[in-house]
Amino acid sequence: MTRTVYIGGGAGFADERPDAVQVLVGTLERRSGPHYVILETLAERTLALAQLERRRDPEAGYTPQLKAFLQPILARCLASGIRIVCNSGAANPLGAARVALQCATELAIPSLKVAVVEGDDLLGQLPENTIRSWPVIEGLPFGSEPLLAANVYLGARPIVDALALGADLVITGRCTDSALVLGPLAHEFGWAADDWDRLAAGTLAGHLLECSAHVSGGYFADPGYKDVPDLARVGFPIAEVGPDGEMIITKADDTGGLVSIATVTEQLLYEMHDPAAYVVPDVVLDVTEASLEATGPNRVRVRGARGHPAPETLKATVSIEGGWLGEGEITYAGPNALARAQLAADVLAERLRIVGIQVPTRLDLIGSVSSFDSDAGMLRRKRNFDADGEYRVRLAGNAPDRRTAERIANEVIGLYSTGPAGGGGVRRTVTPRVHTRSVLLDRSLVRPAARLVTEAAR
Amino acid sequence: MTAALVKVPLHTVAHSRTGDKGNRLNASLIAYDPALYPYLAAQVTAERVAELFSMRGAVQVRRYDLPRLSAFNFVIDDVLEGGVNGSLNLDGHGKTLSFLLLTLSVEVPPDMVRSKHGHSGPGIPRPLRGHS
Repeated sequence: MTRTVYIGGGAGFADERPDAVQVLVGTLERRSGPHYVILETLAERTLALAQLERRRDPEAGYTPQLKAFLQPILARCLASGIRIVCNSGAANPLGAARVALQCATELAIPSLKVAVVEGDDLLGQLPENTIRSWPVIEGLPFGSEPLLAANVYLGARPIVDALALGADLVITGRCTDSALVLGPLAHEFGWAADDWDRLAAGTLAGHLLECSAHVSGGYFADPGYKDVPDLARVGFPIAEVGPDGEMIITKADDTGGLVSIATVTEQLLYEMHDPAAYVVPDVVLDVTEASLEATGPNRVRVRGARGHPAPETLKATVSIEGGWLGEGEITYAGPNALARAQLAADVLAERLRIVGIQVPTRLDLIGSVSSFDSDAGMLRRKRNFDADGEYRVRLAGNAPDRRTAERIANEVIGLYSTGPAGGGGVRRTVTPRVHTRSVLLDRSLVRPAARLVTEAAR
Repeated sequence: MTAALVKVPLHTVAHSRTGDKGNRLNASLIAYDPALYPYLAAQVTAERVAELFSMRGAVQVRRYDLPRLSAFNFVIDDVLEGGVNGSLNLDGHGKTLSFLLLTLSVEVPPDMVRSKHGHSGPGIPRPLRGHS
């Protein structure tokens, strides 16, 4: 019987540095027993952007960095039996699978078995009006805007099915992040679909790994208060999970970073709401009785996850077009910089009135703790800042169309000839936006499926 | 018999990470020393956190207590100006706001305060700047 399964968290978002997973694979190669690496590359809005890519190019719509992640590790993983589970399929799991097979061909790996998990894309299966009729749990009610994407969060079961097909690499679209870890664990240990406490433990393992270095010293350091050794070489995390769901969280060998009770606690509560009811498709996880124990350097034992029956409904993210964000920034530094920056902000506000731009806008004085502040700048007015410091004035506006967003950004560069003295370093950015709504649907409407793909991209 | 308490920024006795879901923020608050937990429980109330975030539009704050982890989880509604896909704030995720939470002050026994450089020790923590 399998005693310990080793799972590494190789990516926590689409823009992860691809070299970290190579180091992680180096450690996993040295562990005997089932070993996996996961790549979580799909944030809430990423899928809508991927859907737009796929509309432009039917072969696209998967995580653009997929090949950069896979190419250096594919041969090593196959040689040592490390299986890869990722949600990098985004809007096009089949396209991603073909790229992976093409990559295998280039590397002269003839035998790579790739499975895809499909069934998350609701737009292809159901009428838009059905989707609009579901209860919205996050975001504004639907108007008449066309839907760009509607994807339901799948659970771990189709990943279990894909692994049962013998896949070396499993590629999903939208699934709940922690399912990338629960799937391999349920597959290896044969956990039943109603074994709530174990499914909860596997979900907790997934939650701890899904943001990569978040649990191993990344996004943690606060010099002098929370120090992390050799952060530039932060090691990505590994969960060593036993058949009852008890686990050790550790990290890749010979790396920087830190796994401690404090790092694990920060990630445990990350993006959590009610700690007694963290809802995923497979189970409702309760961490209120969870306990952590340091068992050695960079090793923390996690116990006590409890599970409650899986929900009757599943969550889907529905994306609609969100107009355009226009931004411009300019810096003032040195004597009287605060007053010059404030004057620049005042001029920009007045210019918006003069040229008749009436969309929602915001003015920041970066350097005055502006990221804490409201759009109205209430905090800035209450506090004193260094008159002679360095401030970056930022104008941002939400526009319905690209042209208006450009006009907003252009007002900032206009300050080169018409603003206060000594402004420099202007940057302008115009970005399309996607709005999202979260809805609930009856899980009987969803039919996830796993299958092997054999045809490479040409 | 009880030593006089000292008033310190939360930052010197606890750490935090924020996460976003739509227009809702969660902020963990984790005591460096488990002995601090009752002091934080009594003083870092949902009402105080709501007041701190009120200028960002927060109305409702719920606090979940996790004594086994020496931690709290604050769930703060309607604080992200619509959330990352609509916000005009440079930090639409609210990722920096963990350190806004840590600006609250608390009164704790002096020997529980974490001085800069990571050790609990007597008295007020050393100032942030000027160490060599």
